Amino acid sequence: METILVSLGAGLLQAFEPLNLFMIFAGCLAGLFVGCMPGLGSVNGVAILLPITFLVPPTAAIIFLAALYYGAMYGGAISSITLGIPGASTAVATVFDGRPMAQSGKADQALMAAAIASFIGGTVSIILFTLFAPPLAAFALKFGPQEEFALMLLAFATFIGLGGDDIPKTIFSILLGLVLAAVGFDIISGQPRMIFFDMVEFQRGIGFLVLAIGIYGIGEMLWTLESTAGKVQMHNVKITWQRMKDNFRQIKDYINSTWVGSFLGFFVGTLPAAGATPAALMSYGLSKTFSKDPDSFGKGNVAGVAAPEAANNAASTGSMLPMITLGIPGSPTTAILLGGMIIWGLRPGPLLFTESPDFVWGLIGSMYVANGVTLLLNLALIPIFIRVLAMPFTLLTPIIFVLCVLGVFATTDRMFDTWIMLIIGIVGYLMRKLNYPVAPAVLAIVLGPLAERSMRQSLIGSQGDVTTFFTRPISLVCIMIAVALVSYPIIQKILRKRKERANSVVGN
Amino acid sequence: MTVRIAELLMGIATLLVSLGLMYNVYADGLNIGWVEGRGPGAGVWPFWLSFGMALASLVTLLRWFRGVTPESQSSEPYIAPDTVFLVTVSAGSILALLILMNIVGTYIALMLFMLFFVRFLGRHSWPMTAGFVLGTPIFVYLMFEVALTKYLPKGLPIFEEGFLVIDNLRYEWFY
Repeated sequence: METILVSLGAGLLQAFEPLNLFMIFAGCLAGLFVGCMPGLGSVNGVAILLPITFLVPPTAAIIFLAALYYGAMYGGAISSITLGIPGASTAVATVFDGRPMAQSGKADQALMAAAIASFIGGTVSIILFTLFAPPLAAFALKFGPQEEFALMLLAFATFIGLGGDDIPKTIFSILLGLVLAAVGFDIISGQPRMIFFDMVEFQRGIGFLVLAIGIYGIGEMLWTLESTAGKVQMHNVKITWQRMKDNFRQIKDYINSTWVGSFLGFFVGTLPAAGATPAALMSYGLSKTFSKDPDSFGKGNVAGVAAPEAANNAASTGSMLPMITLGIPGSPTTAILLGGMIIWGLRPGPLLFTESPDFVWGLIGSMYVANGVTLLLNLALIPIFIRVLAMPFTLLTPIIFVLCVLGVFATTDRMFDTWIMLIIGIVGYLMRKLNYPVAPAVLAIVLGPLAERSMRQSLIGSQGDVTTFFTRPISLVCIMIAVALVSYPIIQKILRKRKERANSVVGN
Repeated sequence: MTVRIAELLMGIATLLVSLGLMYNVYADGLNIGWVEGRGPGAGVWPFWLSFGMALASLVTLLRWFRGVTPESQSSEPYIAPDTVFLVTVSAGSILALLILMNIVGTYIALMLFMLFFVRFLGRHSWPMTAGFVLGTPIFVYLMFEVALTKYLPKGLPIFEEGFLVIDNLRYEWFY
């Protein structure tokens, strides 16, 4: 415990260094902006702005992107409440009660509840993160390539078992990401693989950022253009000191829901397929179930705003836990952060704590600071963000497209990759419209090279003996959980059919 | 085109792509089997994962024929008619931007791109248009060329040589 406190102290000092503090402010502001813009979320912001962070050292870069991540979680509530359109999918549940509150002239109360709940959710989850991360990383130091591979199988299995999407399409998405990650030279034999149409450009492979920006930049903007077409109705927000003071006194009305959301969000966030959106929805559901007045949910109950907002903030920190300690991202956003860490020359995983303690503890320290900064910025700048929301899409869209194209070019120095980005963006948009989930593909392209390397390393080490994955206890447990997760939807379906059959027999 | 037809076509396309990927690995002569004492060959990973993609596509097609997926039952238009123009034009404008970057260079392409989006698509005022048309290349130059030291595409030699004037000015003033 003492070691943790000393390291945390050093991390906090690092977070207060001028450059890092500036990055926290810039990241929080950028996050609030992307979070409140309908159609843009943390994942889009992180993907689009990652190339720009090459300007600063890795610690400052991850601090910026992590701050952007929290900021986006706060910002999502602004458009959910004032426009009735979730700023990001993570803020979907906030619309249920946030919109009715805005319609009845309580937009300021909803916005303040969202900000305060987000702050509590963020703080609780950061404390949990600080307590859990070092022991988990120390435990993960025992992992060999077998365990790494089994963990990655587990990450993919959670998408199949818990993702809630069409299973064959989810499997297709995961496999497509893994195959695209294999383009280039074989890591063991050095042989060129999948050099399409003999184009030499494919020898360097397809970077994860090209895929991520294609899907989350181009594809997402096309999706947003189609779904909103710029037709939105905004509600006015009246903010006065007296109303703010009154709103602060209302904390007791939603504090219980906030605690539930904070703890639930953190643990759900650590699961790779779950993340902030299901955490927010689950938290909303739980708050409603345990509320003394469940009928008021959906009609403007402030607890219905606080519960999902606390959960989505807590989940964003929770999803960083497996990324930092195990090298397995807990969400699409952390998948991109993990890819960024590889570009910055760091090796994600348990060794980070011993090899780059400044980086890890600087990040953890910045989380505490960023959470407070985002709360202050959010409360202070609500009127400005509401004006920003009125910005027409015909101004925002070209800026994002330009950042996507130049961001990809800046990362790889090749026009070829910008073409791949455009193709992936359009194909991703068309596939997403048919319910093909895109997040597993992004996770797979980041983890693909690591998964193949750990699998082949294990097999070379065991001289081709496949049982090596089943004779090591941690690996075996991970594989068994993965098998259980994959079987879960099938068993669920069989049970449901049996129940239906039994009901129809009783009915007859 | 309805969502139902789109799902069928997408299923066929993903199946063909998967088979194409398998053929690509096989045609390259990569080992798709087991190497004694070493484990999988260089082609195992992409070949068998592509095989898995083909199987997943077949299952999706089967589910389409049985009408199991919500998409296979939907007669809604795949892309709403009132927004198809906006989506197509947006995607087309990025395509045009990439082509123009290779011909006239990044900066002129960006100015034309912004002019198109802000003035012709967004119907914003001329002062606003001018702000975006001039502001974007300046921001891009400062961010990418000055701060990130990236040499962005300048197009055909005639345009590239023209741009050297700006680069020369920058070096004379700052270095």
